[in-house]
Amino acid sequence: MASLLEKIWEAHVVDRAPGQPDLLYIDRHLIHEVTSPQAFEGLKAAGRRVRRPDLTFGVIDHSIPTDDRRRPLKDEVAEAQLAALEKNQAEFGLKVFFGADDPRQGVIHVTMPEQGLTLPGGTVVCGDSHTATHGAFGAVSFGIGSSEVEHVLATQTLYQYKPRELAVEAAGRLAPGVAAKDLILQIIHALGVGGGSGYAIEYMGEGVRALSMESRMTLANMSIECGAKMGLIAPDELTVEYVRGRPFAPQGRDFDEAARWWQTLFTDPGHHFARAVTVEAAQVVPRVTWGTNPAQSVGLEDRAPAPDSFDDPIERLAAEKALAYQGLKPGTKMSDVPVDYVFIGSCTNGRIEDLREAARIMRGRKVAANVTVLVAPGSGPVKAQAEKEGLAAVFVEAGCQWRYPGCSMCLGMNPDLAPAGKRCASTSNRNFEGRQGRDSRTHLVSPASAAAAAVRGRLTDPRNFCLAD
Amino acid sequence: MEPFVTLKAVAAVLDRPNVDTDLIIPKQFLKRIERSGFGRFLFNDLRFKTDGTENPDFILNQPAYRGAGILVSRENFGCGSSREHAPWALMDYGFRAVISPSFGDIFKNNSFKNGLLPIELPAGRVSELMKLIGDNPGLTLEIDLPAQAVRGPKGFRADFEIDAFRKELLLNGWDDISLTLKKEDLIQAYEEGHNRPWQAAVV
Repeated sequence: MASLLEKIWEAHVVDRAPGQPDLLYIDRHLIHEVTSPQAFEGLKAAGRRVRRPDLTFGVIDHSIPTDDRRRPLKDEVAEAQLAALEKNQAEFGLKVFFGADDPRQGVIHVTMPEQGLTLPGGTVVCGDSHTATHGAFGAVSFGIGSSEVEHVLATQTLYQYKPRELAVEAAGRLAPGVAAKDLILQIIHALGVGGGSGYAIEYMGEGVRALSMESRMTLANMSIECGAKMGLIAPDELTVEYVRGRPFAPQGRDFDEAARWWQTLFTDPGHHFARAVTVEAAQVVPRVTWGTNPAQSVGLEDRAPAPDSFDDPIERLAAEKALAYQGLKPGTKMSDVPVDYVFIGSCTNGRIEDLREAARIMRGRKVAANVTVLVAPGSGPVKAQAEKEGLAAVFVEAGCQWRYPGCSMCLGMNPDLAPAGKRCASTSNRNFEGRQGRDSRTHLVSPASAAAAAVRGRLTDPRNFCLAD
Repeated sequence: MEPFVTLKAVAAVLDRPNVDTDLIIPKQFLKRIERSGFGRFLFNDLRFKTDGTENPDFILNQPAYRGAGILVSRENFGCGSSREHAPWALMDYGFRAVISPSFGDIFKNNSFKNGLLPIELPAGRVSELMKLIGDNPGLTLEIDLPAQAVRGPKGFRADFEIDAFRKELLLNGWDDISLTLKKEDLIQAYEEGHNRPWQAAVV
């Protein structure tokens, strides 16, 4: 009665010794410009090589601007990061690299699945906490630090303890107008910001099975926001069809053989999870964060809570600090809160389906006065597809800025920032203090909710638009 | 990595839960391509006002805590991004240990890799320690890794758990890459047995 996690984990153990973490083999190592330079420096200093340049995949995404990308970049330090990764990939002989001018370039967790590099049953690591995204395929995938990046570069392995297992069941299906983003915000709210620490989550149930691959990626992506190491979803027919034919996926007979194995990757009935939680998916409503961590969310038609409403003194303290930072009074109706910025994009919500949802609301409407809207597609292929489908035109006609692919406003490591005191409805994954720029205020929402906020100029339940359409 | 055996240092309190890695080191400072020099950006938005001058209310700007080497904070310290710049910044500033009821997973791993000791104590003991420090500003704590104990004035002592493997690496200052490279034959054998395009190979 093995679990999905156990089946994949056991298939990757290189060495196991009592009292030590397992030495796990890494099938796909994804690298980007921010967390890799120090790892390559470490290799050079020790005179080491990259053990498997053919299993190390690079992309530029975090610090690249999404408007003017002429080289050298205006930001000298960002230029140095790009140049360092370009130099390292050439010097260490990496085979696949999606550089700044590659049409496949994009946010690493959008690009790699899109190219067929993320496969069910594999192990994927990256110096980025949102590596959990690839769990949507039933891959053991998690974020690591730069020292671990160096370890993987040198050995293609990592020392890891198998996390405890947490089953999150989504019972029933999401209602129309409610997105995977709302479901994951609900789950994180239920578990708490540290509630998943030490666990690997397996998402299951009808509410998960009914989701598209893009939505499953949104769900898995934010697993880290409750502290979980990863978030797995068992591969099914939908997963197999998503992977089929992608450039770096196995082809022909190899694919068929792989797919037969992938279909065996599920948790056997009767397996005991260390912990299990059920969320009523059918009851989930469009949500928004009011605070400064992703667990601090309510329904878009609800009100910001009062700190006194929390029994736990630590949560009360967190709520007080969060409300003060966000400039919200307890009891404020969230749909009365005006926004200055809207960001649509990121590894959470920068895929084609996300852009379709946002465009559905924007079509034939205009962005409210004094609201700045950035739409940054998750990758070059997403951008091209959105342009082909006419989504880009919808955004531009509504008054949005249509940008190049990159992490953009999700983390403010590039010129896309919200100014101090300004409020941003964002489809990204973190609402930490200063995340989108010092003293800026972030409200996490789904793509449809972000589009609704852009049009109305206030945080808005998108069902006011999309159900009427 | 420098070995970590014992540490005697001033302890400072950062009394808030969920200190995320964005707060520890805001992303505008992540663009350096070295591991060093991040200390001056540690807790930037708390430590400095927007005009760049020091915020006198922030704990690390108060005279008693300027040379602090141990940080005591609340639940879920180091949650969020995987940036190793967070432990780099803490260590470059002068911290060698952080005490909290719980840590973000990746931050904890990153800390061990750099010889920054993350110590988990029950929430009640952390509150007790915070009060002790509040009553005796600038007090020195002693961390004894072989004994797995934190000691302080007025008979304060808290024992902590630590994984034996990580403890050994810390005590000896070992770099785990060199340990792993000794297992080259095992890695090679694994690769030979898993050489299909959905395993340790690509089309």
